[in-house]
Amino acid sequence: MSTQRELDDLVKAGYEAGFVTEVESDTLPPGLNEDTIRFISAKKKEPEWMLEYRLKAYRHWLTMEEPDWAHLKIDPIDYQAISYYSAPKKAGEGPKSLDEVDPELIETYNKLGIPLEEQKALAGVAVDAVFDSVSVATTFREELAKAGVIFCSISEAVHEYPELVKKYLGSVVPHTDNFFACLNAAVFSDGTFVYVPEGVRCPMELSTYFRINEAKTGQFERTLIIADKCAYVSYLEGCTAPMRDENQLHAAVVELIALEDAKIKYSTVQNWYPGDENGVGGIYNFVTKRGDCRGDRSHISWTQVETGSAITWKYPSCILQGDDSVGEFYSVAVTRGWQQADTGTKMYHFGRNTRSTIVSKGISAAHGQNAYRGLVRMGPKAENARNHTQCDSLLIGDQCGAHTFPYIEVRNPTAKVEHEATTSKISEDQLFYCRQRGLKEEDAVSMIVNGFCKEVFNELPMEFAVEARKLLNITLEGAVG
Amino acid sequence: MLSIKNLHVNVEGKEILRGLNLEIGKGEVHAIMGPNGSGKSTLSYVLAGRDGYEVTEGEVIFEGKNLLEMEPEERAWAGVFLAMQYPVELPGVNNMTFLREALNAVRKGRGEEELDAVAFMKLIREKAELVKLPEKLLKRSVNAGFSGGEKKRNEILQMALLEPKLAILDETDSGLDIDALRVVAEGVNSLRSPERSFLVITHYQRLLDYIEPDHVHVLAHGQIIRSGDKSLALELEEKGYGWILEEEAAA
Repeated sequence: MSTQRELDDLVKAGYEAGFVTEVESDTLPPGLNEDTIRFISAKKKEPEWMLEYRLKAYRHWLTMEEPDWAHLKIDPIDYQAISYYSAPKKAGEGPKSLDEVDPELIETYNKLGIPLEEQKALAGVAVDAVFDSVSVATTFREELAKAGVIFCSISEAVHEYPELVKKYLGSVVPHTDNFFACLNAAVFSDGTFVYVPEGVRCPMELSTYFRINEAKTGQFERTLIIADKCAYVSYLEGCTAPMRDENQLHAAVVELIALEDAKIKYSTVQNWYPGDENGVGGIYNFVTKRGDCRGDRSHISWTQVETGSAITWKYPSCILQGDDSVGEFYSVAVTRGWQQADTGTKMYHFGRNTRSTIVSKGISAAHGQNAYRGLVRMGPKAENARNHTQCDSLLIGDQCGAHTFPYIEVRNPTAKVEHEATTSKISEDQLFYCRQRGLKEEDAVSMIVNGFCKEVFNELPMEFAVEARKLLNITLEGAVG
Repeated sequence: MLSIKNLHVNVEGKEILRGLNLEIGKGEVHAIMGPNGSGKSTLSYVLAGRDGYEVTEGEVIFEGKNLLEMEPEERAWAGVFLAMQYPVELPGVNNMTFLREALNAVRKGRGEEELDAVAFMKLIREKAELVKLPEKLLKRSVNAGFSGGEKKRNEILQMALLEPKLAILDETDSGLDIDALRVVAEGVNSLRSPERSFLVITHYQRLLDYIEPDHVHVLAHGQIIRSGDKSLALELEEKGYGWILEEEAAA
């Protein structure tokens, strides 16, 4: 390793996942047209119905315009300059055992702290590793199969479980939903598929780890999780990318379906590359996540910790159709440097006695801009529906901003909606108090910030709560001063 | 142990301390009394190293070291403790966690081993008993929703835990009823030792009935204008500050 490189690493310290994996890959030249889509579909040997689905989405996408309502400053995106497919060459095709996975890739995930060898893995967590456009490994498949749980890449699911995919894909987020979801429907390359059958409590945490590696490549993954009647699953998503000067697009779609008495808990720790100290580079994270509480007494819970990305644009939402169904959204979003986030949730109450809880914690430091945007809609049949929203912002320094855009629509007189919002600064009083008791300034800030986020961290599975805390500490290092 | 010479301090461009001199020996208890706006709180903040207090002249030597060159946390490690008049709230920060982090930071700063969870639990129970702080308050967020008395007891608990060489009590009696005052004072008295000095800042003599000082000083217009023993405090209680100020003006 040259001294120059060491120096560069030192300068960029703070984003620990910023390395590039040297692996030969099969990358489609930049550009998007119907041939691109046919290529992706052919590459995956997809059945005709899947190609049709993609083409329909693509043709619709051509008629759409980029949304501009978010509180974000976005440089124009050239959709023809992005490569829509990149796969490590040795990844091979279809399902693979861990022995066949390129050791370089296993090493990459080791470096990120995600061991793929089952004996080394975190106890009780099964991982699907998605590298650029393809899934490279899925662990603990056999053990899960014994319980009847399907956990595989969505490409495999298209071949192995076409009926389930046909029935549920696009049923929560139709391709016509929005600009980025539509683009995803046309070009999505891989992602995770989970089906938990009736009455089964998934015996371990499921998780997908997304890694963008190749330059000038977009990642368009698609996740579909179905919890059948009385089923339970807890799922975690993690993500990182190398540090590059260009902005890379990540436009994912996640669909959750919970049938009667089912519960899905979906947690995200998002650590995409946020760009450098001048705001150059970083991931554009434009994601559509939506859960459908289709059955009575079903329950969907979103927890997200957003620390990365140059721009975050996402609103994990719940459609509460079933009577007595429950939707939850717990979020910590951190913006520092020149990061921007416009994030929040939508809770659509259709069923009777539906309940939703929203807890959003926004932290802004340096030049970060953080917006909470939330919609609570009580439909005409949502008798006795309840929502409680709590939306807190914490400012560190005086160059950053916090914004709150709550939308509330109530069409049923028995529904109740509560909204609480606070904005605070880490006060000089608090810092002095902590330092007088012997704590260093950084430690004091991290303690106060962790206290601020506690309600959300409490919702994360334990290993990931530890991870999230660490990440937050690294992210905010040097934010004060 | 503490030597303050000719200390001049500006706050927002205005001179608050104007040539203050004070010597505190090991194990001594000094009380500083004075009317509102005389600079009592400024003195405590300058000693603890708070930002925004500009020293324009003079020196403060603590245990042979120049205190004014040290960061607030370094002063804490060296053994300076300030019990605040208005302890701040830290929402979401568990009191027990805060106390442990603070203790371990101070121990680390002093080159001592950090305490493990078991040893810490034992120690904190012992110290909480000393200031009669209910254990449930250890599980709550730091000072959040604490009553005035509970906040002050929490301050004394921290003092007991961090074992400072110099403890500064800034108007610890303010906002306390007589029972709370007695509990706090008993806590402080139990911490008195030949190795530990106290600087008790107060507006009223009342606190000094419970914490008996060796020396009493009157602070006015940013200077110590009179020093004496505890009888001076009683005299002030009886006659107010007016007569001293008049005598000073006449001199």
